[in-house]
Amino acid sequence: MEILKTYKLYIGGQFPRTESGRSYAVLAPNGKHLANVCQASKKDVRNAVQAARKAQASWAGKTAFNRSQIVYRIAEMLENRKVQFIEELAAMGLAQQSAEQEVQMSIDRCVYYAGWADKFQTLLGSVNPVGSSHFNFSVPEPMGVVGVVACQQTALLGLISQILPLLIGGNTVVVVANTTQPLCAISFAEVLATSDVPGGVVNILTGEVGELLPTLAGHMDVNALSIAPIDSNLQNAAQEAAIDNLKRVRIFTDPLHVKSAQGLPYIADFQEIKTTWHPVEQVAGGAGGY
Amino acid sequence: MLESISPLELNAIIANSPSIDQIGTLERIARIQARSIKGAAKLKGLRMALSMIDLTTLEGKDTPGKVRQLCYKAQHLHDQAADLPTVAAVCVYPTMVGVAKKALGNSGIKVASVSTAFPSGQAPFELKKLDTQYALDNGADEIDMVISRGRFLAGDYQFVYDEIAAIKALCGQARIKVIFETGELDSLDQVRRISDLAIAAGADFIKTSTGKIQPAATFPVVLTMLGAIKDHFDKTGQMIGMKPAGGISSSKLALQHLLMVKEVLGEAWLSNEWYRFGASSLANDLLMQYQKQQTGKYQSAAYFSID
Amino acid sequence: MSNSTWNLEPSLESAAQVQIKSQYELFIDGKWQAPLSNAYFDSVNPADESPLTKIAWANAADIDLAVSAARSAYDNSWSTMGGAARGKYLFRIARLMQEKAKELAVLETLDGGKPIRESRDIDIPLACNHFFYYAGWADKLQEAFAGQQISPLGVAAQIIPWNFPLLMLAWKVAPALACGNTVVLKPAETTSLTALKFAEICQEAGLPAGVVNIVTGYGDTGAALVAHPNVDKIAFTGSTAVGKQIQKACIGTSKKLTLELGGKSANIILEDAPIDQAVEGVINAIFFNQGHVCCAGSRLFVQESIADRVLEKLKFRLQSIYVGNPLDKNTDVGAVNSKKQLETIERYIQLGLEEGAEIYQPTCELPSSGYYCKPTLFMDVAQSARIVQEEIFGPVLTIQTFRTIEEVVQKANNSPYGLAAGIWTDKGARIFGVSQQLNAGVIWANTYNKFDPASPFGGYKESGFGREGGRHGLSAYLKFSN
Repeated sequence: MEILKTYKLYIGGQFPRTESGRSYAVLAPNGKHLANVCQASKKDVRNAVQAARKAQASWAGKTAFNRSQIVYRIAEMLENRKVQFIEELAAMGLAQQSAEQEVQMSIDRCVYYAGWADKFQTLLGSVNPVGSSHFNFSVPEPMGVVGVVACQQTALLGLISQILPLLIGGNTVVVVANTTQPLCAISFAEVLATSDVPGGVVNILTGEVGELLPTLAGHMDVNALSIAPIDSNLQNAAQEAAIDNLKRVRIFTDPLHVKSAQGLPYIADFQEIKTTWHPVEQVAGGAGGY
Repeated sequence: MLESISPLELNAIIANSPSIDQIGTLERIARIQARSIKGAAKLKGLRMALSMIDLTTLEGKDTPGKVRQLCYKAQHLHDQAADLPTVAAVCVYPTMVGVAKKALGNSGIKVASVSTAFPSGQAPFELKKLDTQYALDNGADEIDMVISRGRFLAGDYQFVYDEIAAIKALCGQARIKVIFETGELDSLDQVRRISDLAIAAGADFIKTSTGKIQPAATFPVVLTMLGAIKDHFDKTGQMIGMKPAGGISSSKLALQHLLMVKEVLGEAWLSNEWYRFGASSLANDLLMQYQKQQTGKYQSAAYFSID
Repeated sequence: MSNSTWNLEPSLESAAQVQIKSQYELFIDGKWQAPLSNAYFDSVNPADESPLTKIAWANAADIDLAVSAARSAYDNSWSTMGGAARGKYLFRIARLMQEKAKELAVLETLDGGKPIRESRDIDIPLACNHFFYYAGWADKLQEAFAGQQISPLGVAAQIIPWNFPLLMLAWKVAPALACGNTVVLKPAETTSLTALKFAEICQEAGLPAGVVNIVTGYGDTGAALVAHPNVDKIAFTGSTAVGKQIQKACIGTSKKLTLELGGKSANIILEDAPIDQAVEGVINAIFFNQGHVCCAGSRLFVQESIADRVLEKLKFRLQSIYVGNPLDKNTDVGAVNSKKQLETIERYIQLGLEEGAEIYQPTCELPSSGYYCKPTLFMDVAQSARIVQEEIFGPVLTIQTFRTIEEVVQKANNSPYGLAAGIWTDKGARIFGVSQQLNAGVIWANTYNKFDPASPFGGYKESGFGREGGRHGLSAYLKFSN
């Protein structure tokens, strides 16, 4: 007899059940029952944000090279579990070939962003030639805790494409997974848990977007939102809730998993620019301030 | 022999000397230079500046004749203008002190003598004392000594301190101005450090330069020295005088310096008791500006004597 | 010789060198147009409460005309003429502004109350430089964003505050035009004059009609502009409360938004700081422009070991701050911009006293008419006091002491705002360490309140989003498509 897997939430590096005790059934397109997953609640959002906040400073404090290594490690772990992800994608309705393709692209995307982790700073930062005797430079810094509503069209590639640009930039995330196809998201959490990603850096919730997003968007300790294409009423409500603490909100109208939607601009959307000034002493013999 | 300062106390003076940010210093100066000094305030400032001059001749070719002419000028800045102050002092080499003293008589104008192997300071300590004593014996009211810059830059603060303290002891009632020759001191941090050291060693005045080295009395250097004077006053209640020398040749610069004194130290320092300009050509520019203020006409140098 | 007092005489810049008309219209489509409602409002000189002029009050119908003009200029000339040509117009505008610098400075001071020294030496030159800077970007946009597809956004609606009227105009208009957008700009109701003068400069520069439109009025004018459906971009500088209203109004639209809002910036002095320059930095941080500066260093944190000394120096320094007629070249702190703002500041000073903070103000005489406030220090304040938490937007400094660096970083970040911060220390490694920890968009290390066209400016958290200045400032006025 087959042992059925329980799909739980991923919060602070742990796999708790939802505090609400609720679950919902995930069905294949043909109606076949695939699994029960947790239906997360507002309190789970709260716990996840707490975990993300706790993890953020030290994640941002790691060297960029280190974050690159960790994201590359995710690629290695995904490669290792390729078969499982293909099976899950297929079970949720993808053709075998498409499933294989999506997993391969997901691995490739991890490699792609692993490479970005220690390079985007060079391109987003600048040294600015100010007109006074000051050294002036701008560097990108992570926004902090980002709430993510994952791509609802794909189960794995969209999720990965959406969170990696945030992670390599030093943000931590609270993700509301694809509601109807959540299996890969939780399996991906298992990959994260067994790679070197510190607990709390990625937190994944399964459940209703309409229930979880308002809480996430209204949470005063969430700094930004990344919202994949979803119902526009939900998007608008989230934007309104986000105003209280002036969250940076990025709403996507095009699918995120396509290659053209990826790269530097998306990384930049979740970085603040910090500009620092410092006097430059005029050394005798030069401009002659002394 | 004088009792020397303990290494511990000396270290504390050096350690407590605050660092100076040059760019911030320049910005503060720019604020002062942006001020507009006009009308009666300008007239008063010009008179004040005249009264603060140490009229100076420090040439290898100085002769009694030259010094006597300078002393006459000191007493008669511009007799065509009524009610002008005299300068504060005449500043000469030790060999000329006697001449100056006699020429100035009881005019109230002081005789300041440079000493301690001015301008380089590169002579044995014993000679420096003799040099100073010679000036004092000939009637010098004030001694403008130079420090040993080489020793200072080499970190021999003890030597520099002891030298100042010894000369001060020699001077008795004569006030001592300690010349740093800031143009050789590399940075504002060093200027601040020597200011603190010299004040601790007994300087009555601190003075920027000999006039023989450029740059001399620049605004950043003077502001830094004023900062040391202010901190010493706040801490002890004791006033120290300031004498920028070299490079202040125009009225505009002199007035800006005075305004800097007013804002950084306060009005108590706005007298020749506590502030001097070491200068030779400044006097005539002040006089020309003064006449311009009085008459409304721009002046010609041909009408102002050049002793 | 004794000189008991030596006080500077007033040195007044002549107001006669500017011609203020008796009435100003709206600048729409390259022409001066009377407001459709025929409504005007009064503008006064805050230095003596004398009336300056009457200014048109635009309503939604006027806004519609202005946006249509901007749209038409965008479609027919500005977006199609190419970057090099746009750049030439901007260079020309910059030069004209330089030529009229003195006039603009006097106008700015008459209208807004800021000291002539600041408008002459800071506001106007920076505004000119901003146009020069972005003029040069106009034909190099693709190089700035290599590998990305960029295009202008369309019509930019820009709403600016009263604290740096022409400078904020430059911050908004220069990058917008460089990127190929056309603009409808609304100046603050108390400071419209330099914007209207700028409209004349646009005319003189031969800028195509409709590229720049200036609509004057109050908050309702701004709200109509924000709400206009044909606006593609909104750039706002002002209060956080209004910024949030604007953000709300943009929901469900595709309007691109940048906000530069309030602040309560920390200025931190560590015990090894170059102390005299730090004190001067504190003065510049809080008393620049009467403290009407979003990034003002309004919360001073001093390490306990040097706190007494810093306070002593600050108090002494306050005695040589000249408060009074903004047209006097020696004035350091001029007039508060409006009666309303003065009341706000006075309310906060009262609150500070009620909260038990120790107050220090220098002994200086204030002019008998006009809106003036003495430079004010509040010592012995707690982080939980409202005067420490809320933006006062006036010459009021709160002073807190701290023991450890960890403590001061926490307190500095303990605010909904995150615009700027100052850090004073002689230790280079510490500057980088502490400034990395400070949640603020601008860090001034061993300096404060420095601005430059090449330097990005903007905040974290509730201080807004987006950057103005530098290459980063271009992003706010471009559409990125993959």
